[in-house]
Amino acid sequence: MSSSLVTMAYIAATILFILSLGGLSNPETSRRGNLYGIVGMTIAVLATVFGPRVTAAGFPWIIGSLAVGGTIGLYAARKVQMTQMPELVAIMHSLVGLAACIVGFASYVDTSIAFTGSEKTIHEVEIYLGILIGAVTFSGSVIAFGKLSGKISGKPVLLPARHWLNLAGLLAVIWFGARFLGAHDIDAGMIPLAVMTVIALLFGIHMVMAIGGADMPVVVSMLNSYSGWAAAATGFMLSNDLLIVTGALVGSSGAILSYIMCQAMNRNFISVIAGGFGTGGGTAPAAAGAEPAGEVTPISALETAELLRDSKSVIIVPGYGMAVAQAQHTVYEITKLLRDRGVNVRFGIHPVAGRMPGHMNVLLAEAKVPYDIVFEMDELNEDFPDTDVSMVIGANDIVNPAAEDDPTSPIAGMPVLQVWKARNSIVMKRSMASGYAGVDNPLFYKENNRMLFGDAKKMLDEVLVALKD
Amino acid sequence: MSLTIGVPRETFAGEKRVATVPEVVEKLVKLGFAVKVETGAGAAANCDDDTYQAAGAGIAGSAAELLGNSDIIFKVRPPTAEEIALMEPGSTLIGFIWPAQNPELMQQLADRKLTVLAIDSLPRQLSRAQKMDALTSMASISGYRAVIEAANAFGRFFNGQITAAGKVPPAKVFIAGAGVAGLAAIGTAANLGAIVRANDTRSEVADQVVSLGGEFVKVDYEEEGSGGGGYAKVMSEGFQQAQREMYAKQAREADIIITTALIPGKPAPKLITAEMVKSMKPGSVIVDMAAEQGGNCELTVPGEAVVRHGVTIIGYTDLASRLAKQSSTLYSNNLLRLTEELCKTKDGVINVNMEDDAIRGLTVVKDGAITWPPPALQLPTPPAKAKPAATPPKKSGHGHGAGEPTSGKSLAITFAAGALLFWLVGAFAPASFLAHFTVFVLACFIGYMVIWNVTPALHTPLMSVTNAISSIIAVGALIQVAPPLGDAIDGRPDMLILGLAVAALTLTAINMFGGFAVTRRMLAMFRK
Repeated sequence: MSSSLVTMAYIAATILFILSLGGLSNPETSRRGNLYGIVGMTIAVLATVFGPRVTAAGFPWIIGSLAVGGTIGLYAARKVQMTQMPELVAIMHSLVGLAACIVGFASYVDTSIAFTGSEKTIHEVEIYLGILIGAVTFSGSVIAFGKLSGKISGKPVLLPARHWLNLAGLLAVIWFGARFLGAHDIDAGMIPLAVMTVIALLFGIHMVMAIGGADMPVVVSMLNSYSGWAAAATGFMLSNDLLIVTGALVGSSGAILSYIMCQAMNRNFISVIAGGFGTGGGTAPAAAGAEPAGEVTPISALETAELLRDSKSVIIVPGYGMAVAQAQHTVYEITKLLRDRGVNVRFGIHPVAGRMPGHMNVLLAEAKVPYDIVFEMDELNEDFPDTDVSMVIGANDIVNPAAEDDPTSPIAGMPVLQVWKARNSIVMKRSMASGYAGVDNPLFYKENNRMLFGDAKKMLDEVLVALKD
Repeated sequence: MSLTIGVPRETFAGEKRVATVPEVVEKLVKLGFAVKVETGAGAAANCDDDTYQAAGAGIAGSAAELLGNSDIIFKVRPPTAEEIALMEPGSTLIGFIWPAQNPELMQQLADRKLTVLAIDSLPRQLSRAQKMDALTSMASISGYRAVIEAANAFGRFFNGQITAAGKVPPAKVFIAGAGVAGLAAIGTAANLGAIVRANDTRSEVADQVVSLGGEFVKVDYEEEGSGGGGYAKVMSEGFQQAQREMYAKQAREADIIITTALIPGKPAPKLITAEMVKSMKPGSVIVDMAAEQGGNCELTVPGEAVVRHGVTIIGYTDLASRLAKQSSTLYSNNLLRLTEELCKTKDGVINVNMEDDAIRGLTVVKDGAITWPPPALQLPTPPAKAKPAATPPKKSGHGHGAGEPTSGKSLAITFAAGALLFWLVGAFAPASFLAHFTVFVLACFIGYMVIWNVTPALHTPLMSVTNAISSIIAVGALIQVAPPLGDAIDGRPDMLILGLAVAALTLTAINMFGGFAVTRRMLAMFRK
């Protein structure tokens, strides 16, 4: 296959990738979108393998590694539970980051393509940046994986003077970068490169450790973005337009997702990345004066069932608690039962509910909840006043009225689902503990609110039994 | 000292309701009141004296004994002159009074030095007054009963059926006026299986009509008919002409017409003319719920069911009373809520607080002085009509859609920074880099444009598919595995590079296959 043919194949692959992302604008076309992605990837890989840059000597190696990696990947994809989706995505990001690092190193030690002058400098800057981004992506994703799977505490870990540490790291990276560019041969350049890699790895760990669990959707999509930039940097390094385009597509998509998530929390992207939300440092405890007063009224599963049965319209607001308790199937059973009885049941999804953008949608889809009764916050926030019962399952900050009423609250200004405007609201929770933001929730004390304490799955099972009677 | 609430037997001919049922007696006793019921007061509403006694009420043998010894009197119908004469001066009367229609009665009540709370004068637009709104609870019962009466007089099924004995078409019901009674009638008729159409001069009730299973019939004429307080107002001549045409058409088609149109303080509008009645199919039924105010149909005889031109015209004025147990229960609950408002201390003493908007509106006679009509409430009158215009322009999609221009200053800064960056790149970078750079920048923009269209529900699949796509980095590893090397390049560590490339390739393969497979699995779950 000539190099022109390879280029044309790359263009075709690029178009297919763009179509693939475009296809996700709608659940109807999304399956085709995924197919476009697969076809694009196949074309890209085949074109490269049979192109002029790969000789027949490499075929056994290529087939071998694709077979091994592919088997592991397919196995993982089949075994993973939908509630573990965020972890899986995080660990996969780390693979891309690691691969980018390795390709960078391999490219550096490869002397078969010689550059001179400013081309050499640019090539080396590209390698340096590629490895830097790859390393940050790798270690950051590993930590995010640990936090999401509960292997590492979700609490933000804050080192003293962490911003200074980061700054020092950045300066060191720049200084070693200069030394790397000034190196005369590969061995001399290897030391600053290795030191930089270690700094980048530490930086990735430090960055994600400092971010609290509630901000995980931002982190996951940000790492997604990084893995794209890493691919793009690799593309520059290898002078490969396909890598550049695809990397840029992925990178910008992740960046926009992060931006959407930040908007949904009414927070600045920088402050999320800087970390340390809801830790009591700085401005957070200013809300002390606004301690919500009143009593919480508990309710039993039986009474909940009665309340649901007597209502005409119900909005269910799921949160991370539903994912933890694996309660989505029971939720759907209840939904089905109520809908058969003519109750208008809908779901209200907050953009940052769960630990990953769109997390709740995936869980509900897994439980076979039809997507046309699942709505975004903006679509049904105005309907709460006409709703008989709003049921909050394992969510807290996203239904906190303090975000609207209390300007001193740390989450002030964050758009929230106005469940308290329904005639009755039921909050299912394990205890009175506050959410990830560490903010008390005045909703619990509202007159029309009832608390259903206990594990979401167990309680919902009881509600379901009571409803069936 | 706790006060005594007296519940007399209603003396109005045919009235079956009672102002307080035993269930409510219990609650009144808990509030600290003593309750006395005239013997036989609840008989017509299936509440006998024994049940009252069991609930904690005392039984009085006669109206004279009861009215003379009660501090508060709960009634349904307005009292007669004889009843007023029996009441103790200074006592409080609660019930339907209709002060606008009964000026003489008002004078008698004032002369007797009573305090009178007319449940019909409740300021209904106050949301906290809803629990006391007896007009609403009675109207909804009447609406239900109107359909039942119509079904009783109608010779066919309501719902369509296909049976071995032939096909039965569903009954067509037309309901004029979609107030509380009208809506209740719509719901009941729709539940019986009829095809229901309804009309109201207030166009905002169209949604409510549809929500109950009816179809809203518009009058082909532009005019808004909301008159405040949940009532309609008198419409212009042009509108009325268009409305008559619409009614004439409905009369020809409908099997059953139920009219509920009332305008406060005025005789009911004549919507159904004798002509229209003639045009109806024989056996059709008209229920005129406005009969007491003169009727919406020209041929209505208030209080009776008559047959004119083969059409049964029902003009009963006691529809709520015909469902005595139900209406008594709801009415007494309304009175209980009112009592709670009057007796916030729960010690059996009432306080007619004239500062309270709801109570001020209800009180038509206070210690012998007529206080009706009350001063106008300082309330937002009809629901803001300007609403659609006032809604802020909705953000289109997400933050950076077309609808949200960035401020000029930050835009200028962005462009300046961009220009500087481009200048730097242009000044120092070699041509081969610039080609790649062009591709890079354009690709960023394509990504930016494409992603905004992704629905939030698919954000997780989006991430996993972009993640899978980012394994394009495999291409980088591929070309390092076994590149076509020139003759001899010194010191290329072939094995090292091969090892690194194979490792990278394996990692990306996990990602590539796993990412696409898991995305497929996820997307397969999204279904309608």
